This record gives sequence, C-alpha cells and structure tokens, in this order.
Amino acid sequence: MSEQVQEKESLFSAKNRKLITNAIGKDNPITVQVLGICSALAVTAKLEPAIVMSISVLFVLAMGNVVISLLRNTIPQRIRIIVQLVIIAALVILVDQVLKAFAYEVSKQLSVFVGLIITNCIIMGRFEAFSMANKPWPSFLDGVGNSIGYGMILVIVAFFRELLGSGTIFGWHVFEAIGLYEIGYKNNGLMILPPMALITVGIIIWVQRSRNPELIKD
Amino acid sequence: MQDLLNIFVKSIFIDNMVFAYFLGMCSYIAVSKTVKTSVGLGLAVIFVLGITVPVGYLMNEYLLKEGALVWLGSEFADVDLSFLSFIMFIAVIASMVQLVEMVVEKFSPSLYASLGIFLPLIAVNCAILGGSLFMQEREYQSIAQATSFAIGSGIGWFLAIVGIAAIREKIKYSNVPGPLKGIGITFIITGLMGIAFMSFLGIKL
Repeated sequence: MSEQVQEKESLFSAKNRKLITNAIGKDNPITVQVLGICSALAVTAKLEPAIVMSISVLFVLAMGNVVISLLRNTIPQRIRIIVQLVIIAALVILVDQVLKAFAYEVSKQLSVFVGLIITNCIIMGRFEAFSMANKPWPSFLDGVGNSIGYGMILVIVAFFRELLGSGTIFGWHVFEAIGLYEIGYKNNGLMILPPMALITVGIIIWVQRSRNPELIKD
Repeated sequence: MQDLLNIFVKSIFIDNMVFAYFLGMCSYIAVSKTVKTSVGLGLAVIFVLGITVPVGYLMNEYLLKEGALVWLGSEFADVDLSFLSFIMFIAVIASMVQLVEMVVEKFSPSLYASLGIFLPLIAVNCAILGGSLFMQEREYQSIAQATSFAIGSGIGWFLAIVGIAAIREKIKYSNVPGPLKGIGITFIITGLMGIAFMSFLGIKL
C-alpha cells in the first residue's frame, strides 16, 4: 500500500500569492489581457468614481469567482453563459443597492456605470479562464488580484486625466492652490475626453513593456 | 422612410458605438489583428444586435415600460416593470449568443478557434447591451426604427473594427518601437481615430 501524502497547501503559499502578484503586473487585466477597457475609459475622468468603480468590481469579481468555482461541476456546458450572467447580475444589483443606501452621492455620479459592471469583460473573462476550472480559494485570490490590477490602472489614468484635465485631485483644486493659473497655465480640456484615456492607457502599456520585455508580442 | 434612413446613417457615423460611446472596446482591440477575424466578429455583432434590439423593443413596448401591460387588462395601466430591463435584455442577449456560438462552431470551426474567448464575450460586449439600453432610452416610435438603429449601430461597429484591423495589418511592417507593438500602438491609433470621428459630432441630420 503506497502512502499518498497529500500536502495541504497553506492559505497564503507562494503559489497562491503569485495569483495576486501576477494579476497586478505580468498578467494585468487591462494592459495584458485586454479586458475591462470600456469602463477604464468611461469612469476615469475623475478619481473618485474610478476608485468606487474599482471597489465595486473587486466585490463582484471576488464573490462571483467563489460562487462559480463552487458551482463549477454542476453548470451544464450549454447554458453556462446564462448562468454566469445571472450570478453577475445578482451581485451587481447588490452593489448598486448598497451604494444607493450608503454612498448616495457617488452612486449618482456612477449611475449607468454600476450597471455596466455586468458587461465588464474582466468578470466573464476570469470566470471562463479561471474559476470554471479551479477551487474556491485560488479563485477568490485570482478575483482579488485581477481587481487590484484593474483598479491600479484606473487610478493611474484617472489621476492624470483629472489633474491635467481639470486641475483637481479628488475635487481639490491643486493647481489653483500652487498658483499655476496665474502664470498662464490652462487646463488641457482634451484630457477629459475619452480619446485621451485611450492614449494614456497606450502609454502605460509602453512603460510596462519597456520594463518587462518578455511581455512584448506582436 | 426618411426617418428610418436618418436613424440608419446617424447610428453608423455620428453615434458610432466605438468612437462616440466607446462601447465594445475589449473585443474590438483584441480581435482586430487580422481583417479576416474582424470581418467575422463584426458580422456576428451586426447579427446579434439586429435580433436582440428589435426583440428588446417588443419586450419594452408590451412588458416593461410604464403602462405596457394594458393589453392584459386596464387595471395594469400603471404597472412599471422597467427595473427588470437589465435582466430581460441580458437574458435575450445571452441566449442569442449561445445560439450564434453553436452555429459558428458547426459551420466554421476555424473562425470559432480564432475568435476564442471573444465569441462568448459578445454576450457581455457593452455595445450589445448598450444597443438595447439606447433603444429604450431614445424611445423609438416603431420596431422599424429600432431595427434600423440596430443594424446601423452594428455596421458602425463593423466599420470601426475592420478599419483598425486594416491599419494594424499595414503597420506590422512599420517601425513601431518594441514595447508599443501590438496592443500599445492599437490604443494610440484608436484614440486618434476617436478624435477624427469627433468631427462628425456637430452634424445635425
């Protein structure tokens, strides 16, 4: 009788930690996997909606990953998209109601975009690519990691767009405070428009791939 | 007929799904490596939009909007089910996409393989849900108008993705700096195309 030693992986083993660190850098949902672009353009005109959006996506993706992972052996192949969408829709409605109840001002600002989390490709993308085939705890970590990667890009883009486009950070008039307007500086209105968000993300990709040449592919 | 044509042209150029509203970007950027796959995906999007928006219109007219349930009996005149719109639209879209996926897998396995994860992702393509939501928001008067909007939007998206694919195929032979190759330069070019399409914004038909 051979002894089968099943090593119980510790909760935060190196392999599990990698799930988070990979998704922030090498496997970033926006810059490498090319998912979640629509919201990255739409909500990043100011910092506050960007951060609230990231937290909402974190909740939906992490919880959704766990639920799908728990159900992965019982969902029939042919209707898996419909099942996934129902789960996402339920979680998004939850987030929407919580936001309306506890952070009404912000939810007014985000209005349509909370609903658009349902169509955020990152969530379906990770369901199909990871949690349909993995255990609940790694799926949870994968969800957290991808949301942090997504949130990081959103914050960077929103930071530049808000600062250069309206001269404020979180609504606080930075440039006015340091007196830049007096020497003739004017806000760059183009930064508030979506095309600049695209170009900003392009530059972020440029920087990321210059530092990690192994990510370069045609 | 005039208003149908108006809506049709408007949704292709002025209200372009990609450049005016930035919907459907994920599949747009990831699938546009070759013109062939882009044509395939673009046609699939036109098809899905062309069916889900009119069906959504009928659902909205006779089920969801305020006073829609009057045909069941006049006591339902003030029932407003529009909060169910999201779920109903998504259900129609998801079923349609599953259907398209089965058809494509049967009749063109190579297209199925090259589209990969982005075929099921048409279901969450914001352009498709956006199409239904815009149709609901703009309150089109008839199913013909809704259909003309749907096909127009689909063609607009199709033009955008085929355009960027053609450009990407050409710049494969240009001296793009290493880190920018592929997705990076695509983002920047799309941004420039977006600025160019903004020239259509002021036109009133």
